[in-house]
Parts: sequence; structure tokens; C-alpha cells
Amino acid sequence: MTQIVKMKGMNKHFGKLHVLKDIDLTVEQGEVVVIIGASGSGKSTLIRCVNGLEEYESGSLNVDSHALAPKGGNQSTLAEIRKEVGMVFQQFNLFPHLTVKRNIMLAPMKVKNTSQVVANATAERLLERVGIGDQADKYPSQLSGGQQQRVAIARALAMEPRLMLFDEPTSALDPEMIGEVLDVMRELAKEGMTMMVVTHEMGFAREVADRVIYIHEGQIVEEGRPDDVFDNPQNERTQAFLSRVLAH
Amino acid sequence: MEFQFQFDWQAAINAIPYLAKGIPYTLMISFGGLAIGFALGILFGLLSINKQWFLRWPATAYIEIFRGTPILVQVLFIFYGLPDLIGGPIDPLTAGIAAIALNSGAYISEVVRGGVQSIDKGQSEAGLSLGLSRTQTFWSIIWPQAFRRMIPPLGNQAIVSIKDTSLFSVIGVGELVRQGQVYIANTFTAFEVYFVVALMYLAITLTLSLLLRLLERRGVASI
Repeated sequence: MTQIVKMKGMNKHFGKLHVLKDIDLTVEQGEVVVIIGASGSGKSTLIRCVNGLEEYESGSLNVDSHALAPKGGNQSTLAEIRKEVGMVFQQFNLFPHLTVKRNIMLAPMKVKNTSQVVANATAERLLERVGIGDQADKYPSQLSGGQQQRVAIARALAMEPRLMLFDEPTSALDPEMIGEVLDVMRELAKEGMTMMVVTHEMGFAREVADRVIYIHEGQIVEEGRPDDVFDNPQNERTQAFLSRVLAH
Repeated sequence: MEFQFQFDWQAAINAIPYLAKGIPYTLMISFGGLAIGFALGILFGLLSINKQWFLRWPATAYIEIFRGTPILVQVLFIFYGLPDLIGGPIDPLTAGIAAIALNSGAYISEVVRGGVQSIDKGQSEAGLSLGLSRTQTFWSIIWPQAFRRMIPPLGNQAIVSIKDTSLFSVIGVGELVRQGQVYIANTFTAFEVYFVVALMYLAITLTLSLLLRLLERRGVASI
């Protein structure tokens, strides 16, 4: 199996706060890894390090065949890494001045010099795939939250990433729209996309994840198959967290 | 002694052709200066938020100096002071355009800085995560959004600068106020002439306001 992400002894601080402590983590090709933990535990920071939106300070990080140096080191691989890693944000971060279709066409045309015709066809195909082929010429603000997040997923897919990062993709959505976004993610997983997902959707984690990781105060304290982690957590921190989130 | 003042409509109308000769100068100084000022504003506005201190400091110094001193002093300095330095006279029109350019450039720098900083950090993160370079992210994602937000304050600055040109009568450039002063010196109809001068400024600024509102509406419609 090919390792898409390999973290070794990664550390990061925000000022005095030690947000990531000696993180060791590998993600295999085609694997869906769901990262859970309380807010402020460092789970978002962890996946934001993978595409360099956050810099780590020590340890090592490999994404696909590229090594990404810690802060202050040679960052020349970052451009290549970002081409191969797609990201979906909690707040969607669609470009409000561009139509839905243009949102998706922008990166292939700018980064890969894809022709307009090809980019256009790709955008239409991807919008169809996420179930909103009829919204292509609207502006993001004219769409519901769930539709916007599906556009954001299509936008990331347009770069044909090897790995997709999801940073709490349903946390900003109204409850009735969460399902439609999770459906798209479930499909992606089924098609073999390698995914790292930070989420509070425990049902999704149990159903889709190959592996669940529980982070507490910047440390991976539990890691395993979803059924094992959810039904038989070994660490008392995990037990406490799960009893809080699964209670209701 | 009886005192009665009557507005002399005939005097006002008679003054129009002479005063109107000042309009092209007012427009030339205003819009010539503002065009250069806009370029300076983009340049120094962006430099003022650069990470490198040696780019940021000179930009900040420029902005503070030209915002912090009166434009009247600036134009007097350029017209009367600079010739001593460069060893030759500067014509009043050039001095006027330069003063508006440098002065509005400082204010527009702040408009540019504010506009760019108002765009959510998530926008550049989305651009970078898609593989766009910092430059590509800025010009295709941040700038178009920032520019739309900049239109109202830019319009405001344009109106301020148009009115500022009235001060340049002191260096003898034949703009609206200067034309009025010369005309009054011969006819002693100060009330009527300044009334007409004021109306002419109002006509220019109202036209501009209207155009900007149309532009704004088009910009907002597509967001």
C-alpha cells in the first residue's frame, strides 16, 4: 500500500499553547481517516498542516512523494503538495464574485493551464456528480448552505486530488442539510478517495471511516477501527468524550 | 441710510462663459491627479501591508506625511519650494496635478489597505489550498472582491479631491475659483459669481456621485 500522508513526531505551538504534540500518523491510499476530539484539541490544526495552511515546528511530514519541511525550512514542495491535496472548509469559502461554475474552473485554468472548454466540461460533470448540475450559473450567495458545501467539494475535486481534507464540513450547516453533504462524502469514500475528515458526525465516522483517531490536547490518545473506538474505547479520555457526545 | 441687496441674475448669467473656462482646468487637475493617485494608492496600499518591513515602512511614511499635512502646504511646497531643489520652475498645472496625486494617493492607500484587509482570510486559504500561488490568489480572488468594497470610499475621495483643487487658485492655475476671483476683480459681483462657481462644483460632484451609484449597483448585483 502507498502511504499518502506520513507524520513523524510533529510538533506545533500557537504562542505558548502546545497544539500538536509528537504526532505520528500515516494515511494509506484509499483510506478514510476520521479525526474526532473536543474543540481546541488540535484536530483542525493537524489537517491544516498537511497542505501547509499551518506550519509545524519540528518532526517530519511527507505527503505522497513530497517532503514538507518544518517552519523555516525549504517549502519548495508546497506548490506540488497543494496541487494534489484538496480541502473543504467549515465555512465553504466559495469565491462570492464568481459563478458556481467559475469557482470550479478557476484553479484548473490557473494552476494546470487547462483550456476553458475542458475546464467547463469538468465543472459541469462535477456539479452533476454532487447533484446540483442546474445551479452552475448562479452565484454562491444564491445557494443554500448544503449546496454551497457541495460546490466546494466539486471545486476541490476539479484539481483531481490524491487526498481530500475535510475540516468540519457540516458544522456550519442547518441540520436538514447535513445529510446531503455527508452523502457526497460517502460516495467519494466508496470510489476510493483518500480522505482525512475532522467532524463531529459520529454516525458518519462509524459508518464510513476505516480508522478513527481521537485527539486530546494535541495528542493522539486513541486510534483504531470505528467499532473498536466507539464501542470499546481504551483510554479514559476517549470514554469521557464519547459519553458526552453520544449521550444525546 | 437704506440698504437693500438684490441678487443680480444678469450678472450671474454674464459670468458663466468666463467662469466655464476654469472647468477644464478643474477637471484636468482633479482627474489627472486622481488617476495617478489611484496608481500610487494601489502601490503604497499594498506595500503598507507587506510582510517585509523595508517595504512597509516607506509606504507608511508616505501615507502619514501626505495625510498629516494640509494639501495647501503641499501644493505651495511643490510650486514654490521644489523649483529651488530642481533648479527650474514648475508650471502651476503640473504642480496642481502632482499635489492631488500625492495627496489622494495617501488616502487611497488607506482605502486599498482597508479593502484588502476586509476580505475574509478563508478566501486566500481556499485559493492557496487549490494550488494557486500567492500572486494568483491575490489578483484573481482577493482583489476583485476588495475593489468592489473600495468603490464607495474611492468615490468619496474623488469628490474631496475635486473640491481640494479650489485651493490651487493660490498658485495661479486658472481653475474655477481662480477664474471667479479674476472676474470679481473687474465686476465686483462677488455674491453672484461665487454662487455660480459653487453651482459648477456641485454639477461636477453630483454627476460623479450618480455615475458611482450606477457602478456600485452593477458591482453589488453580481455578488
